[in-house]
Amino acid sequence: MTDSPLIIAGKSFSSRFLLGTGKFKNKKDLADSINASKSEIVTVALRRIDLERHEENILEYIPAHVTLLINTSGARTAQEAVRIARLAKASGCGHWVKIEVINDSKYLLPDNAETIKATEILAAEGFMVLPYITPDLYTARALVKAGAATVMPLGSFIGSNQGLRTKEFIQVLINEIDLPIIVDAGIGAPSQAAEAMEMGAAAVLANTAVATAQNPASLARAFALAVEAGRLAYLSGLPLQQSLARASSPLTGFLYDDAAAN
Amino acid sequence: MMTLPQIKNILNDHRPESVEELAQEAAQITRQHFGRAISLYGPIYLSNFCSSHCTYCGFNSHNKINRMKMTPEQYRKEMQFIQSQGIRNIIMLTGESHKHTPVSYLKEATQIASEYFQGIALEVHPMETAEYKELFAAGVDGITVYQETYDRARYAQVHLSGYKKDYDFRYATPARAAEAGMRHISIGILLGLSDAANDVYAILQHLRELERSFPGVEYGISFPRLRTVKTESLASCDVDDVQFVKIIALTRILFPRVSINLSTREAPRLRDHLLDIAITRMSAGSNTSVGGYTLLEEKEQDPQFDIKDERSVDQIVKLLKSKDFDPVFTDWRHIENSV
Repeated sequence: MTDSPLIIAGKSFSSRFLLGTGKFKNKKDLADSINASKSEIVTVALRRIDLERHEENILEYIPAHVTLLINTSGARTAQEAVRIARLAKASGCGHWVKIEVINDSKYLLPDNAETIKATEILAAEGFMVLPYITPDLYTARALVKAGAATVMPLGSFIGSNQGLRTKEFIQVLINEIDLPIIVDAGIGAPSQAAEAMEMGAAAVLANTAVATAQNPASLARAFALAVEAGRLAYLSGLPLQQSLARASSPLTGFLYDDAAAN
Repeated sequence: MMTLPQIKNILNDHRPESVEELAQEAAQITRQHFGRAISLYGPIYLSNFCSSHCTYCGFNSHNKINRMKMTPEQYRKEMQFIQSQGIRNIIMLTGESHKHTPVSYLKEATQIASEYFQGIALEVHPMETAEYKELFAAGVDGITVYQETYDRARYAQVHLSGYKKDYDFRYATPARAAEAGMRHISIGILLGLSDAANDVYAILQHLRELERSFPGVEYGISFPRLRTVKTESLASCDVDDVQFVKIIALTRILFPRVSINLSTREAPRLRDHLLDIAITRMSAGSNTSVGGYTLLEEKEQDPQFDIKDERSVDQIVKLLKSKDFDPVFTDWRHIENSV
């Protein structure tokens, strides 16, 4: 069975696994993880890019064929996210931007309303905008209207490794929104990534689990394989889970009993 | 949150396994939320003029030390030196003096610092919200202000005169800075001034209040221990290393995402081990004298406190890498701050 490529804003990707770059113990582990997973989209926080120091500049460790997705980490409002995105573009980091507007340093939950505003402004300026949200149907619809390239709902609290705690709400987005749905945040194990893909997610992003693993590169590879397996399962028309129990006293059998009697 | 008796129980539990359990839990939480990244910053002491009399401080207005306030040309030279060491986040410090280091002086320093640094914080006298707004708009992203102790009686005993005498004005300072838009706010207590359990309980309550009122701020916390200045002991310190580790571990467990800072006041061995447990931010290559990096010879210097960890930025970076930590110099890229 052959898969169609993932298409975001007209650009085609053969990998459906996105990798975040925070929390790694060194930049070599990061580079190895990108290579091992064959990830083609990598997120980097602009606040962490040391443009002035060659050997500490994270961008030096990201292969040229990989699409750089700058995130607006640190933005507390739409206006700040817009400024960070513009600064990234002006610094030569491209125009693909993951909007992250977070005004709560305890839970790090995204502010959906501000995210919509930032998306509107940046999409109109020609940015490829991938907004990160708490899964919510109305927000997702507003993002489509605002010109988003994808919608990136969180699976659970960022960095929590708790998996798909928001599963039902993500499923609604997958069913109703015509943009690629990329599950981001909280994905802590390859099995969870596979589960998201089986549901019909277009792609999965992981970071903490990989970065803090004993062997990041091999876990990155495991994630990529799980994403592929989940995708294949989805395309294969995964049968729905059935309850093992069958009702012993059918409720509609009488319809046929009567017919037989007549 | 924990109750005061719970904190007391923890600090008074002298079994080695009690500190070990706390440290293990704290370490796991730290790695989950911060990975192996350690943010580095450098301090610059702009001025040591001070109108407050704090009995424990080397800069206090009654101490006969060389008073100095750097001119823009002087601090530019110091900043160039600090930047050349690799530092990108700077904290600018002064004594507490509205007269010698008014907002206009701090704004000019901020403007010049922004030529060399991406993140700029201030540790100066407490100000009004409007003044913080002015400084935020000028490019200051962070404010550090320590209550020193939350024990009002003790506070009155050690803060004899000057602005710092006003406990309530100081207590409300982090909230005023947050109100003005500041992104990073660090609070702290000076361990050794008063009963540690009471102060730890109070500062964690303060932090919780701030988090609820201003959830968008990234908070930091510090637990400096009283140190000698030029070998003269200004206060005795009753918080030993075991209690110190417990306090830091407990803070991490209760505030998983708060940045916990450790200064060069602590000895290298302890600093290195605390990295494994809960520390996420540290200063490196610090000098705590005005003009101490490039302007004055060591014998001419009057430091605020004597440094115990004299390793250079390069040495700290080597150490971090050898312990599989990622030294982070750039943790913010400056954008226009609108009020």
